[in-house]
Amino acid sequence: MAEFRLPPNSRIKKGNHYAAPASASSVRRFAVYRYDPDSGENPRIDTYEVDMATCGPMVLDALIKIKNEIDPTLTFRRSCREGICGSCAMNIDGGNTLACTVASSDINGDVKIYPLPHMPVVKDLVPDLTNFYAQYASIKPWLQSRTPAPPDRERLQSKEDQEKIDEPAACILCACCSTSCPSYWWNSDRYLGPAALLAAYRWLVDSRDEATGERLDDLEDPFRLYRCHTIMNCTQTCPKGLNPARAIAETKKLLVERRH
Amino acid sequence: MTNQSRPISPHLTVYRWPITMTLSILHRATGAALSLGFVAMALWLISAASGSAAYADFTDLLDNLFGKVLLIGWSFSFFFHLANGVRHLFWDVGLGLEKSQANTSAWFVLVLTFGLTAAYWLI
Repeated sequence: MAEFRLPPNSRIKKGNHYAAPASASSVRRFAVYRYDPDSGENPRIDTYEVDMATCGPMVLDALIKIKNEIDPTLTFRRSCREGICGSCAMNIDGGNTLACTVASSDINGDVKIYPLPHMPVVKDLVPDLTNFYAQYASIKPWLQSRTPAPPDRERLQSKEDQEKIDEPAACILCACCSTSCPSYWWNSDRYLGPAALLAAYRWLVDSRDEATGERLDDLEDPFRLYRCHTIMNCTQTCPKGLNPARAIAETKKLLVERRH
Repeated sequence: MTNQSRPISPHLTVYRWPITMTLSILHRATGAALSLGFVAMALWLISAASGSAAYADFTDLLDNLFGKVLLIGWSFSFFFHLANGVRHLFWDVGLGLEKSQANTSAWFVLVLTFGLTAAYWLI
């Protein structure tokens, strides 16, 4: 059942304010969700004033600047800084995206930064993705084939068949889509969520995969697949421009078609 | 394993609602409103079948501002649920699932709903 209110230990308190130095020329305010598991206190919002004259253009640049120069306790994941690793996925200005691909100048007013929504928080902007990864593993994201591969070459497929998996295979598993989905917020214990379902679709339409029937059997479930109500938040928010909502709709079609 | 003492990050209150999400919630809300509306409609029919006095009592009940708000709300719910339901049918056959298409059809459904509701009460 949907739990709309945050539990008491999750409600956000007012936090600290870090003013910019007097020498700063163009100040921007970043309001960042903070949670320290060692303190035993509720999460809070700290506001940092950052001098944009000496800061890189992306939101991730500002976060790194804050950590380096203002508050070294600020914790977040980041790695590639070019939108391919998916580590710095977070909720910025009300939408889930990658901090490294959003320019601070594209956001109006204060830059509000939260962890990915409705997730257990390990510390600050770091959510616990254990369940998310387990769901991905549960759809068996590997090629399943009974036919032996040709002895002298790879399993080939036509250009058209390859194009069918180009888009779903471009997913970087950043979890922006799943944590944008209200159905996933209320039922993440039983609903697989858009990311895992996009991955499932990638194998359903792979011409080399021979477990299509078993894969569809696993998905045919009121919760695992059918909690998708085409809310479209996944497709609206995907930082890679992919379309999990369409993949899920196509999966539902495959299930209907195999009955006839 | 998930640590139960961990806080849950904020969701509804910090997420900027896309138009498609707003319509999805409206679809559910209007569906709930309509299920109550059909009870009212059944009572209206029962009153009509029970003679002119009962019918007059029932229509008097709705002949005030509160009743008008209910009736306009139910007609709005009906037109919205119908229009958005057709939108869902298109999605179910795999059409209109691009982001831009879904946003355009959302606004189309809203304009159509307000137009039909206005036309129903003015004509």
